[in-house]
Amino acid sequence: MRVRALFFAGAREIVGAAELTVDLAEGCTARGFVDALCAQYAALDAHRSSLRVAIDGAYAGWDDVIADGAEVAVIPPVAGG
Amino acid sequence: LVESPIDVAATMALVARADAGAIDLFLGVVRDHAPDAEGRTWPVTLLEYEAYRPMAIAEMSRIVAEIEAAIPGVKLAVTHRVGALKVGDAAVACVASAPHRGEAFVACRRLIDEIKARVPIWKREHGPDGAYWVGWHDARCGH
Repeated sequence: MRVRALFFAGAREIVGAAELTVDLAEGCTARGFVDALCAQYAALDAHRSSLRVAIDGAYAGWDDVIADGAEVAVIPPVAGG
Repeated sequence: LVESPIDVAATMALVARADAGAIDLFLGVVRDHAPDAEGRTWPVTLLEYEAYRPMAIAEMSRIVAEIEAAIPGVKLAVTHRVGALKVGDAAVACVASAPHRGEAFVACRRLIDEIKARVPIWKREHGPDGAYWVGWHDARCGH
């Protein structure tokens, strides 16, 4: 299945794109999604513990399953205000 | 979520009502220095804010709804600015109205604390040694 992966701030700079189409196995979880990205981008792996994932505009739990066609965002530490 | 200077009066007008005897306002303002990784301060000349826009708006709405449900009688509003901000510019305006000041202060404090913890907005600090994303420590060494 395919998802739209979004990257922001420092994560975007490491990946080199604000948006990518990513192929994932059926039943892939938020954790599996980040594992796959960190395997591909070592610099992102260095920030692994500070990353969160949002699925379709809301924070996801690590075991949440990603649906085909979802918008999945890598959320670095937020710094609003 | 706005890109131009925040209209504080307009944000306050969103919560003003006849039965509210208190309106609390918090402004988050760009200051001229920030702590570095070693706890020293360094000068800041410019802050660039970016947002995951649809989620930022949705998350701010969820926070407002949660606090309004938790503290009866309170009404909240928030405006956050994105883009390039200079020292002295307001980045965020949080307002809370309530029948009495106690609930208004508590709700406004909780609102800004939740925004800082949860809303997908990032800022890049520019100083004499370059620029880095706040909270993304290795970035300062890597660029």
